[in-house]
Amino acid sequence: MSEASVRETIRGHILENLMFTNDPSRLPDDASLLDMGVIDSTGVLELVLLMEENFSLQVQDAAIIPENFDSVDRMVSFVMRAGSA
Amino acid sequence: MCGLAGFTGRVAATPQDRLDLQRMIATLHHRGPDATGIHLAPGVGLAHARLSIIDHASGQQPLHDGSGSIWTVFNGEIFNFVELREELRKQDYHFRTQSDTEVIVHLYHRDGDRFVERLNGQFAIAVWDARRQRLLLARDRAGIRPLYYTRARGRCWFASEVKALLAVLPECARIDHDGLLQALTLWGPSDPDTLFEGVRSLPPGHLLAIEADGRETLERYWDWQFPDVGAAPPFASFDEAVEELRGLLADAVRLQLRADVPVGAYLSGGLDSSGIVALARQAGIASVRTFSVTFDDAEFDEREQQQTMVRHLGTDHTTVHCTRADIAQAFPTLVRYTEAPVLRTAPVPLMMLSGAVRRAGYKVVLTGEGADEVFAGYDLFKEAKVRRFCAGRPASAWRHLLLGRLYGYLGHSPVASPGFARAFFAQGMEHIDRPVFAHAPRWSTSRRALGFLAPELQARAMAFDPLAFYEGRLPADVAGWAPLARDQYVEAKSLMAGYLLSSQGDRVAMANSIEGRFPFLDHRVIEFANRLPPHWKLRGLTEKHILRKALAPLLPAEIARRPKQPYRAPDASSFFAGGRPVDYVEELLSPARIRDAGLFDAGKTGLLLDKCRRGRAVGFGDNQAFVGIVSTMLLHDTFIRHRAAAAPTLQATGTE
Repeated sequence: MSEASVRETIRGHILENLMFTNDPSRLPDDASLLDMGVIDSTGVLELVLLMEENFSLQVQDAAIIPENFDSVDRMVSFVMRAGSA
Repeated sequence: MCGLAGFTGRVAATPQDRLDLQRMIATLHHRGPDATGIHLAPGVGLAHARLSIIDHASGQQPLHDGSGSIWTVFNGEIFNFVELREELRKQDYHFRTQSDTEVIVHLYHRDGDRFVERLNGQFAIAVWDARRQRLLLARDRAGIRPLYYTRARGRCWFASEVKALLAVLPECARIDHDGLLQALTLWGPSDPDTLFEGVRSLPPGHLLAIEADGRETLERYWDWQFPDVGAAPPFASFDEAVEELRGLLADAVRLQLRADVPVGAYLSGGLDSSGIVALARQAGIASVRTFSVTFDDAEFDEREQQQTMVRHLGTDHTTVHCTRADIAQAFPTLVRYTEAPVLRTAPVPLMMLSGAVRRAGYKVVLTGEGADEVFAGYDLFKEAKVRRFCAGRPASAWRHLLLGRLYGYLGHSPVASPGFARAFFAQGMEHIDRPVFAHAPRWSTSRRALGFLAPELQARAMAFDPLAFYEGRLPADVAGWAPLARDQYVEAKSLMAGYLLSSQGDRVAMANSIEGRFPFLDHRVIEFANRLPPHWKLRGLTEKHILRKALAPLLPAEIARRPKQPYRAPDASSFFAGGRPVDYVEELLSPARIRDAGLFDAGKTGLLLDKCRRGRAVGFGDNQAFVGIVSTMLLHDTFIRHRAAAAPTLQATGTE
């Protein structure tokens, strides 16, 4: 899967299921999802589910950290790294 | 227990006034199905619906002092009426009844407005002083019994529930947008605000006087008070305080068992309700009649602990099993009684439980409600303690791991991912010195529901800062109190009075004409607990430490030691069956109905509905928003859209 389509899938999911909007301008790719209030304490579990279901990944507990999940950019690079590993 | 209604001001005592009183009190039939009474005179109208618990024979209301100069209607109980009557008798007051109601008129005659300070009880009271053409409204200290009022047509109108006001004042049947923002964020509208425009709720511990010329005085007669930080605790030792508490609780239960009908009890299987049942048994009730809810989901169910207590105390026990389908089916009925949005479905099983109590022939139940506020039982207090501890050393690699010891009972725990938990709980640290610090995470989760409001309400929603709003309603003394004391104060006023005692307390019990009683909310118990050093309540991360010690001799060790299990029920998932929303949810959340009501955004609500339908709403934020939207739309449908049609359905007693 190309980086562009990974990005598109992640953005679409966050906009629709976490932000409940169809307006793509509401989601800057480098913005912190925690700071924007997009994910609450359990929201990260939804992000993990998204990764595992859409990109055939197994996300290890130790990898569930803000460095991997707290923005669209970070999630995209996490998927791309996992895919190339 | 009862319902009351009335008005004062420009009242000529016409047949229309009598009709208005009858229409108001008819809507409160569920609160008092045993009898009704009316007093109408120039300047005043009083109406009462009675649930007979003390003095069946002569306890009718409205009741006067013998000369007709002081009248009262009253909802609730004065538990120390026996002692007060004795005291007044010695001072030559003449009693015509055996009821607790009569104490009110004589005590008011003797003490004036300060009479309320002598009452140990749970009450909403209206006193009419015909000599001064003056009305006095009073509400109990903790906020157990409701009382609403509004100004209209040259009068002040009051009633136990808003529906009685709407029956005669259709102009009040409009959603108050500020009340809605508060309800969706703080779990209930914040007194005196309500969900209805112009309708106010008399705050707990307050008096409202309406003078003959219409002047209105609102006065606080009691409040949760805590010592300043550093004040020496007024106890010789911890062990002595434990003894004192044990005696105080025994006395609170002894007083609250006073009734001319048998008294039952709720038994959840936790420390608090188990302690109450054990104390009732100690007070001489050999076989206590107990009731509890069971669920299919292990995440919510506590039947094992309940059975342990049933065996230990030898109670005569009834369980009510609650399924998701039961919750969906009863939810519209619930909302007709709560008159406010709810963010969780947990009140529904309690409404079913009060139905079971009624079927068993009981009218009164003791419950453990209040112990978590009074003795610091909630995880919110522990979470705040850990967050304050983390703030002391923000760089510490291990302090935040303490959070892993909280929330173990959750299927989707916020601390399941320690890396994120640290970031999540680090949020809001800038509020650390504010009295609302502990509540910032809860309110930021619930506040997510405001994102679903209609575009027209978005500016108001964005401007609503729940922390600043709530601070504006706190007394100045809060600043000098210990952090735990502040957390307890905000909790007692926001969640307990605004939601637990109302939507999950009075309303769901009265829906089936059942009176709940709360020994932990005896004001002497609250005042005692508030004087305790914080670490005697929350010791390390062990909640209700002193209460455990006080109740330990009465309970099996496993119950006395058991960590708190919050009472919860399945939320959004209850409203779906076979991959489809139940019929009324599908209709009320349809784009046309959402747009018609003008409160929510149709597109966003549709996306949330779809997410819930797919079973993907796992967090509190989504679940609370969904339940909040469904309940608000039901309220709009019942009280605004179908106002005229709704009236007859409210007259029935019972939820089945």
